[in-house]
Amino acid sequence: MAMSLAFHIIFAALGIGMPLLMAVAEGLYLRTGKTVYLDLSKRWSRGTAILFAVGAVSGTVLSFELGLLWPGFMEKAGAIIGLPFSLEGFAFFTEAIFIGVYLYGWDRLAPRLHWLAGLIVVVSGIFSGVFVVTANAWMNAPAGFKIVDGTITAIDPIKAMLNPASFHEVLHMTLAACVATGFLVAAVHAFFLRRDRDNSFHRGALGIALAVASLSIPLQMLSGDFSARSVGRLQPAKLAAMEAHYRTQNGAPLLLGGVPNNETRTTEYALRIPRGLSLLLADNPNARVIGLEEFPRGDWPNVRIVHWSFDLMVAAGMAMLALAVWSGWLWWQRRSLPDDPRLLGALVAAGPLGFIAIETGWIVTETGRQPWIIYGVMRTENALTPMPGIAVPFVIFTALYIFLACIVFFLLRRQFVETAGTASETSRTSIHA
Amino acid sequence: MLEPAVAIFILLSLILYALMGGADFGGGMWDLLAAGPRALRQREAIARAIGPIWEANHVWLILVIVLLFTGFPPAFAGIMTALNLPLTAMLIGIVLRGSAFIFRKYDAQLGRAQYRWSTVFGLASFFTPFLQGMILGALTTGQIRVVQGRVMSGFFAGWLTLFALACGLFALALFAFLAATYLTLDTRAEPDLQNDFRRRALCSGLALAPIAGVVFLSSKHGAPQMYNGLTRWWAPLLLVWTSLVSVVALVALWRRWFALARIAAICQVTLILVGWCLAQYPNLVTPDLTVDNAHAPPITLRLLLLALGAGTVVLLPSLAFMFHLFKGKESS
Repeated sequence: MAMSLAFHIIFAALGIGMPLLMAVAEGLYLRTGKTVYLDLSKRWSRGTAILFAVGAVSGTVLSFELGLLWPGFMEKAGAIIGLPFSLEGFAFFTEAIFIGVYLYGWDRLAPRLHWLAGLIVVVSGIFSGVFVVTANAWMNAPAGFKIVDGTITAIDPIKAMLNPASFHEVLHMTLAACVATGFLVAAVHAFFLRRDRDNSFHRGALGIALAVASLSIPLQMLSGDFSARSVGRLQPAKLAAMEAHYRTQNGAPLLLGGVPNNETRTTEYALRIPRGLSLLLADNPNARVIGLEEFPRGDWPNVRIVHWSFDLMVAAGMAMLALAVWSGWLWWQRRSLPDDPRLLGALVAAGPLGFIAIETGWIVTETGRQPWIIYGVMRTENALTPMPGIAVPFVIFTALYIFLACIVFFLLRRQFVETAGTASETSRTSIHA
Repeated sequence: MLEPAVAIFILLSLILYALMGGADFGGGMWDLLAAGPRALRQREAIARAIGPIWEANHVWLILVIVLLFTGFPPAFAGIMTALNLPLTAMLIGIVLRGSAFIFRKYDAQLGRAQYRWSTVFGLASFFTPFLQGMILGALTTGQIRVVQGRVMSGFFAGWLTLFALACGLFALALFAFLAATYLTLDTRAEPDLQNDFRRRALCSGLALAPIAGVVFLSSKHGAPQMYNGLTRWWAPLLLVWTSLVSVVALVALWRRWFALARIAAICQVTLILVGWCLAQYPNLVTPDLTVDNAHAPPITLRLLLLALGAGTVVLLPSLAFMFHLFKGKESS
């Protein structure tokens, strides 16, 4: 399941980010009339289509997989958090319809109507992400029900959907999709620009992708700060594991890296910033921060995995922020697309950073919640299917997803190669025009 | 009244999945069976017909699943546990078919790989609906037993019976018939292709009758409650109507009234699924899980119905717009 979701989250993030880029490009075409933007939105819509089609397949598999692997969880949780899944179904449906309209409707719709179809794809894509993330947030901050003598009563699906973790998780994930897609697409076009710096197709593409990425990464840092504070309030054990913070203390230091040791309850070799954690969480250098020692040993998540993933995510975010600042500064100076060769090289290298941050962030949320599948309510081991030989379906589903990922990679690579081939042609024609 | 209302929405989604997604499967079957001098053009016509609407058709199945786990969570858990094996196999089919389709649709360079993917696409188009028919059949056999939320009948109950196999075959033939009937309209502009698909629609439509007979006869022992349901007072009425529209579909195909044939085929599939559901009502998984004992609390059902209402308001105009854009008269 974790494997499937780890794959699906990539499709899903691109499924939110790519339509945005495509709609921005078409919007620019409508405003400026430059064919290079039209060409760009057509190219990007092909990529969007491939990702969406694979996302549709992987989404089908996931909806079944929930029950095939976790019938115990679904039986208890279905009534409480099924609602956002149903709404997601409709959002996804709308997206599916209008993606078909967008792709096949170039010649059948007036330009503005066609652009509107693209915008509907963007909005419904964001909504379907939002609904699914609220379900995940509910697993972290269960709300909207009571447990009396072991049975669930007083169910309130609306409260469950708008649980205390929903807002920060939704905000953080939606921005993450924009950041990660922006930097990945920027990397691809920066790569081609390094070979051919005057190619107007790739220049236009880099401009849009870099703008989306650079505008969303500072917001993402703010939302990250907000998320950490919320987690500290809702799931102190998870926060303690993220920061490898074992002992409750006033004026807690911020630990970067290092090797958390559960036996000695210390983190060795870490870079310590005195009072940093207290300052970050409470704006007060002397604030008291609860450590893992407050919780029974059996309720600890895997501290090393959570702490390292968290630090990796933050580091990736910082690196992308630095790149955004660098690009912004170059743009400010020259008022034109930043195409400094060193920046282009750095952008190419930074392509995967956004997705590294998404994956590690995902590991932090999920591993940080363990040993619970519903935080404080149901343990993961009690939710698993009674099916013997559970390893077999795990292997099957993992294999299916690796298969899908290979297909996406292969097709997108082909698309890019093709793009590179015909793009120089378009740039030439647009120069003539 | 909340439980039946949600159940009706599930049935509606299932019908729409059969009418749209099912026809896509049928298209895949005819793709594999494409033959004669016009084989390549048949394949192209199928690809053109499915292309723009494939993803949307697919979502009906997701809708069935999310409605089931929101509205009837214990039934969802029971079905997913007892039928774990065929469902997993069906998912493999869906992934293979989807991937093959994506490859054919989006690969920038055509070539021999294209042909290989076509075979995968066609084979998975047979395999997947066959399993879907088996799974639906298995739910009515009465062999899957669930006691206090635990599946007691193991992982092989129901779906390996003669009745379930017959249901699988029936689903195959039905989808093939549906697809061929739709394709006669999609190929209006090419009379020779239209003839090909007319012949295919007639053959598969005729094949439906004996298979339906086998399903009915095997249900006497294979799904006794279903059989009893089919002998209730309303059954002859429904049977008459189903037979009537089936005959109308065949006659219309024969006389080349293709628009009428499509309407009749749609009615036929709808009536079959409605009849199947009436016969098994109120069972979800015969005999232990029913609409009355496996539903979510009323507040969830009420909100779900609200969401369904709102969703329908968004969805129906969008769907109508899409079909108007791609299947409307001017597009041919």
